[in-house]
Amino acid sequence: MSKTQKIVPEQLAKTCFHCGEQCAVEVIAFDEKDFCCAGCKLVYEVLMESDLCTYYTLEQNPGGTQRGVSSRANRFDYLLDQEIVHKLIDFENETDSHVTFTIPLIHCASCIWLLENLHQLNEGIISGRVDFLKKSVHIKFRHEHLTLRDLVVLLSSIGYEPAINLADIASKPAKSVDKKLIFKLAVAGFCFGNMMFFSLPEYFSEAELLADNFRGLFNYLNVLLSLPVVFYSATDYFKSAWMALRRRIVNMDVPIAIGIITLFLFSLYEIFIVGQEGYLDTLGGLLFFLLLGKLYQQKTYDTLAFDRDYKAYFPVAVTRVKRGMEEVIPLTKLSVGDIIRVRHEELIPADSILIEGEAAIDYSFVTGEEVPVLKRLGELVYAGGRQKGSAVTLTVQKSPSQGYLTDLWNNEAFLKKKEASLESLATRISGKFTVTVLLIAFAALAYWSFTDVSLGVRAFTAVLIITCPCALAMSTPFTLGNTLRIFGQGKFYLKNAEVIERMAQVDTVVFDKTGTLTNPAEASITYEGEPLTQQTKGIVKFLVNQSTHPLSNRINSWLEDVSVELVAGVTELKGKGLLGYYKGQEIRLGSDTFTGAKATDGLAGNQVFVAVEGEVLGFFWIQSGLRPGISDVVNRIGAGRKIHFLSGDHGHEREHLVNVFGSNVVMNFNQGPADKLKYVKKMRRRGRHVLMIGDGLNDAGALRESHVGIALTAAASNFSPASDAIMDASALSRLPAYLEFSKLSKTIIKASFGLSFTYNAIGIFFAVQGLVSPVFCAVLMPLSSISVVIFTTVTTNYLAYKRGLKTKIM
Amino acid sequence: MEVIFILIGISIVMASSFLWLFIRAMKSGQYDDTYTPSVRILFDQKVKNKEKQLPSTKSK
Repeated sequence: MSKTQKIVPEQLAKTCFHCGEQCAVEVIAFDEKDFCCAGCKLVYEVLMESDLCTYYTLEQNPGGTQRGVSSRANRFDYLLDQEIVHKLIDFENETDSHVTFTIPLIHCASCIWLLENLHQLNEGIISGRVDFLKKSVHIKFRHEHLTLRDLVVLLSSIGYEPAINLADIASKPAKSVDKKLIFKLAVAGFCFGNMMFFSLPEYFSEAELLADNFRGLFNYLNVLLSLPVVFYSATDYFKSAWMALRRRIVNMDVPIAIGIITLFLFSLYEIFIVGQEGYLDTLGGLLFFLLLGKLYQQKTYDTLAFDRDYKAYFPVAVTRVKRGMEEVIPLTKLSVGDIIRVRHEELIPADSILIEGEAAIDYSFVTGEEVPVLKRLGELVYAGGRQKGSAVTLTVQKSPSQGYLTDLWNNEAFLKKKEASLESLATRISGKFTVTVLLIAFAALAYWSFTDVSLGVRAFTAVLIITCPCALAMSTPFTLGNTLRIFGQGKFYLKNAEVIERMAQVDTVVFDKTGTLTNPAEASITYEGEPLTQQTKGIVKFLVNQSTHPLSNRINSWLEDVSVELVAGVTELKGKGLLGYYKGQEIRLGSDTFTGAKATDGLAGNQVFVAVEGEVLGFFWIQSGLRPGISDVVNRIGAGRKIHFLSGDHGHEREHLVNVFGSNVVMNFNQGPADKLKYVKKMRRRGRHVLMIGDGLNDAGALRESHVGIALTAAASNFSPASDAIMDASALSRLPAYLEFSKLSKTIIKASFGLSFTYNAIGIFFAVQGLVSPVFCAVLMPLSSISVVIFTTVTTNYLAYKRGLKTKIM
Repeated sequence: MEVIFILIGISIVMASSFLWLFIRAMKSGQYDDTYTPSVRILFDQKVKNKEKQLPSTKSK
């Protein structure tokens, strides 16, 4: 084996063989390859020993960086707790266990290959199976050879550390509901096809050619085939209609259920009593198209979760200090008064008081602000932040579920389910529709009964059959389903189709400020003090290159086209700054106390000072900047809607914001998580339809309480709080267009209602005269449905294309 | 014409068996993951002998 050696950085262009990142801090040469850190090298060694280097040939630099990954041996000890093991494991018998892990790193073919060849690493593993889209792996292993903890240690040793959080330990939800719809559709499709087949002779009036016993046989076969359609495929419609009637409302499923029952009973009457052919093929077609529409509307996004609460974010285990000894215990067993230790990159699990160490807490997931907050001894540290720097010791003040942030989830807003909006367009129309149809049917019955009672009954049933709102019921799901897909292509993912209808009603839009209006990456930087020479800029650039602190990254991007000057002995003091030596001179870059400078009070944002040999040259003033084009977005949304801003910050930026957004915007500062929730609730009480858009856990309550809650995220697969929709930050500029389009899709639904009313009018015209034949039904029904589907699909896609929401028409 | 009775019987049985196959495939999770198999099929199968690799002549 070749020697391992550390090289002082001189070629910064070298990339790591394992993870493909630039070797900024150090370059470790090993086996004629370069690695950026010991962790990456270690993974390579492990894989090489087990002859798994195909991993590196399938994709270039497939690994994830191992820098900053904790290598503490006992951090998975909580997986020895039998209670936790039982909750994580899917299946267990005497010898084998099956477990499914979510591994966020899964991103390429190499990942799949390695995780499916785990059995070569350890003989205790039987097999691994990756689901790429869900970023999960299902592992079967022999628990006598390998405990669950060892398995997780093994995975993390090759760089694939599973994400195990509190939600995994909570009861597992059963997931098999949406498959049922597919089964129902399959059965309906099967029966529909065969019934059409047996009805063919009727369609072409060839029935006379066949002997009577054939006709009888075909009809009885149709009855047989219609049974699963009515008693299995159609059950959802009966249930829904019954529920609606019990609540004394008429939803779309009521006329559908009436239509199905009439079709079925009347056909049975015709076949068994009159000896005619009935309408069973139409019934099959009806159910098939209806269920198809239902399925189309249910567009789901595999990798996204819309109902995550803090449990999906919080860790399972925490390090507790008891009698001077550290032990890893499950978070659920943590109680008030316990002393805990939180290390670099670990989460603060509960509201606690800092008793030892220097805390620099990164609350980016909570507030959207990336720059860590410094805490002093004795200060209260809220749960949800991530410690940056050395380990700190804290005393727990509140149990994890009762904290400042997590208390949100105990609010009543999270207990009740968002009720389905009763005023959905289809529901409103179907009420009137049903009443009208029943009136016409009874009028026809009454009219014909004077002359011919049997003709009256025929006309009555014919009206009910022909007006069965198939086309009507299809226009909503297909329009909304198409809209859902169009939004999804633009990286705006909706939880379900109902959200579109709610979006169309929005009259008030509430923005969270930090992370939503502002973008941490769009920081505005100004330098104040003695002018910097090119040389000093180069030194600063080199220093910030060595650090992953958010402020360093921002200064780095500000010094984009400066060439670096080599600085020796760079050390990063977490929470303080960077220290280095340039030609013997001590260079300090960092906070006021670290550089010996005096911070200017009253400046919003962060100040980073530069000092050479103890003499302060000046400081970088870094403010989180507004997203580009955001004022335009706000203005366009503001046309016809009220705009509110909520911010957890103090009001020092009010003037600046008023200058940018105008004075029509209502701004509120000093808003905590619970305040935001209350604020939205208050507006809803006033009858406002509120759209809330936020990004952090502290917005979770407001997102939940609002009419439409949109979580903004930098990458859709990242953690985002529970919401109705998840929006990629890049799509924010299109939000006004999306809001307009949701209104437009309502118009499209209305137009297609008009289309299907036309069909119904034609149908009724014949039906009241008692002229409806099975063939007529069999043609009109699918024709109206299919034309409505084509109409909505073409119009939604064309209009989206014209408005720039799609790049291609189809 | 009586042969039609038999043909109908066969057609129903065939169609039902397709439905049954579909439902079985659905239940076994064949349609759960529609992406990963497309990657998996491209991996080279390793020959299972444990002799340490000689410089391989086969194209990888």
